[in-house]
Amino acid sequence: MLSKEKRALAGLRVIDLSQIFAGPYATKLLADMGAEIIRVECAARSGRGGALPRMKPGGAFGASFPDGDTGEKSYNRFAYYNEVNRNKYAITLDLTKPLGVEVFRRLVRISDVVVENFTPRVMKNFGLDYPVLRETNPQIIMISLSGYGQDGPYRDYVTYGEGIEAMVGLSQLTAYPDGEPLKPGVAYADATSGLHAAFAILAALRYRRLTGKGQYIDLAMREAVTPILGEAIMDYTMNKRVARPIGNRHPPMAPHGCYRAQGRGEKGGENEKEDAWIAIAVSSDEEWRAFCNVMGDPPWTRDEKFATLSGRLASQEELDRLIGEWTSGYDHIELMNMLQGSGVKAGAVLNIAELAHDPHLKERGFYEELSHPEAGTHRYPGVSWQMSRTPGRLRLPAPCFGEHNRYVFGELLGMSDEEVWRLADEGVSAREPLSYLEA
Amino acid sequence: MPHRALSGLVVLDLSENISGPYSTKLLADYGAEVIKIEKPPLGDSSRRAEPFPNDQPDPEKSGLFLFLNTSKKSITLNLESEMGPQIFKRLVEGADILVENFRPGVMASLGLDFEALAEINPALIMTSISYFGQWGPYRDWDGSDIIAQAMGGLMGLTGEADRAPLKLPLSQAEFQGGLNAAVATLSALYFRDETGEGQHIDVSLQEAVASILEGALTIYRYSGFARGRMGSRHHLQCPSRVMEAKDRFIHVQAGANWDHFSTFLEAPHLMEPRFASILRYHYADEVEALIQPWLEKHDAREIFATGQEWRIPFAMVLGIDELMGDPQYEARGFFQEIDHPLAGRLIYPGAPFRMSETPPEARRAPLLGEHNEEVYIGELGLSKDNLTDLKEHGII
Repeated sequence: MLSKEKRALAGLRVIDLSQIFAGPYATKLLADMGAEIIRVECAARSGRGGALPRMKPGGAFGASFPDGDTGEKSYNRFAYYNEVNRNKYAITLDLTKPLGVEVFRRLVRISDVVVENFTPRVMKNFGLDYPVLRETNPQIIMISLSGYGQDGPYRDYVTYGEGIEAMVGLSQLTAYPDGEPLKPGVAYADATSGLHAAFAILAALRYRRLTGKGQYIDLAMREAVTPILGEAIMDYTMNKRVARPIGNRHPPMAPHGCYRAQGRGEKGGENEKEDAWIAIAVSSDEEWRAFCNVMGDPPWTRDEKFATLSGRLASQEELDRLIGEWTSGYDHIELMNMLQGSGVKAGAVLNIAELAHDPHLKERGFYEELSHPEAGTHRYPGVSWQMSRTPGRLRLPAPCFGEHNRYVFGELLGMSDEEVWRLADEGVSAREPLSYLEA
Repeated sequence: MPHRALSGLVVLDLSENISGPYSTKLLADYGAEVIKIEKPPLGDSSRRAEPFPNDQPDPEKSGLFLFLNTSKKSITLNLESEMGPQIFKRLVEGADILVENFRPGVMASLGLDFEALAEINPALIMTSISYFGQWGPYRDWDGSDIIAQAMGGLMGLTGEADRAPLKLPLSQAEFQGGLNAAVATLSALYFRDETGEGQHIDVSLQEAVASILEGALTIYRYSGFARGRMGSRHHLQCPSRVMEAKDRFIHVQAGANWDHFSTFLEAPHLMEPRFASILRYHYADEVEALIQPWLEKHDAREIFATGQEWRIPFAMVLGIDELMGDPQYEARGFFQEIDHPLAGRLIYPGAPFRMSETPPEARRAPLLGEHNEEVYIGELGLSKDNLTDLKEHGII
């Protein structure tokens, strides 16, 4: 039944050498749309954190494993990996060995796209840079995601997404007005690069459909993230004005911010009790009057200076304080419903538990359940958008290490069982990742 | 032979502000013909958004608009006029893609919902972007960037634990929505090119944001642990945060080789087993305290440059004013000068990725209604008199 469902990218085969988050996020998007993604992993670089000894390490790291337990095979139970690699296949292949390279090239012959995010010299060292891949398959589309790009003085610089956030000016602006640079609470540069990478691949596929030509895509994460700061960059080029952190404010609106709501009163630590907030954005005088109405028109709202946007902008601190006094008397979800019901833009700051149980996302079927042979049955954040004719869905749990060796080597490449065994015996196709300490 | 990746595609763009326009900017800069349809007499709301040169508002000079609308054509059309939807339907006949970010229900109220448009053009791909999606209990709620960041879970994870949740700067949920729309649209195009079938795409900014929470939702499902705000720290890696060097802030991260990192920082205490373990995040305060004194003795640039020689992933915490002179951006020619008849020559952020066969090209943003004649006369075959008439009646 499910297999008969139409998938937008059915028939597209992508070889995915990428690690951590940016590249895997790009291939996640393609996988959710029905492309066949084959992850190529090896013992030293599994992208799964290496094999950990069995333990219950506590903290956010420990919590990344089902029930806080790394289990017998930690590398098949890691939340990070399992979230972003659903709907994909995984094989193991050591590209530092000639036989590994040979098998990889056979795979390139029957594939459409190769995705990698090593530092620029690595693919060349494997003997698998674009000229070689093009010779192997003239129609291949190859995309390299790197921190800084394939040329220029920083080409060999190492970085993670957080470094890129710093290098584009995002960290400096992610801050309270009086505070030091912080950073987005998620791998923002990685996700943003991954989205651009998926777009790049699909654009190249469109060109190939019309012309038969493959091509090479050079995506520098830093360059893919810079455009999201467009208006600040334009302000600098126009007026030499350097953007400064303004916290939760947004100049054309006032009030605009995040206000404390009544504590949740749930079990948990002191902080959690207090940690309930509501975001409010008022973009017109009409909305302001509606907002005052919801607050019951307290006398302070009649102050002339609050009647206009320029007045509210000029008195924002006082305004924020007065609003905060009102919001702190109500539950944040109740506030959201009250304000939205009166046409005021408002949203509860959902914590992860609330987000996981948000009734709207639930109704829309955003979360989907997958059963993973080693991680158990859980709900995962689903496909990022909905499509009327080819609805994406979560079909497969993330692959276990080397799970699809037999399918890919045997069925796709036509190797005999003996040949497949030989790959494993000669260490070309690893049976398990190196331990964390070795890796 | 097409010379851009998306040459030959015709995109109708009814969207305004940021989310939709960023998705169509990508389509346009990589070669699609994007016809931006603006409501007369004011046009896209971002024409009235800051920044402006010398802070003088002018609908043709908004930096936000100029940046987001490169390579597009602009026509004016009032869909709320009696003739508006009819004219629009004629444009739909020749289009591949339609992007809109009205509040859900608006297109239907104009008689322009997907079902109606698919009757005219069954191969049409229609991409709708909204804060909460086209259906579900919050569908009719109004939103804005901060609301989507709050309800998508991003704000609750950003900022200091003992202060208010912090939104990401500028309009990041809007950009995420635009990026999702662009990828979704090209996915649907792939399917259409295979089958001839168009379809309707529903992008919700809340879901776009909830999709990028770096494992937080899955960690919660796996073990009940709801991650919170951690300031500049990372929840798994230690150290990975902004710290103070002698002269300014620097991003500090150890990378793959802890031994190497400890040696570089001349901090042998970091080799104690409890710090050398992946579980050192339990001792983040101590780890950072061992690093801080060394950082304070060195300039950030020096740490960045020599650290990179050691292959340690330090990064500079740069301000917007430091981007354009940066040697790497410069060597790759990232920033781009674009001339505009009214706004003049300005430097714009360049292309997000390079393509060997089909290099992108960003041309200046259009003036309001600049392409009315080209599109209405040239493509729809209206006469000059028709056009004057439409203008007088406020239809274009």
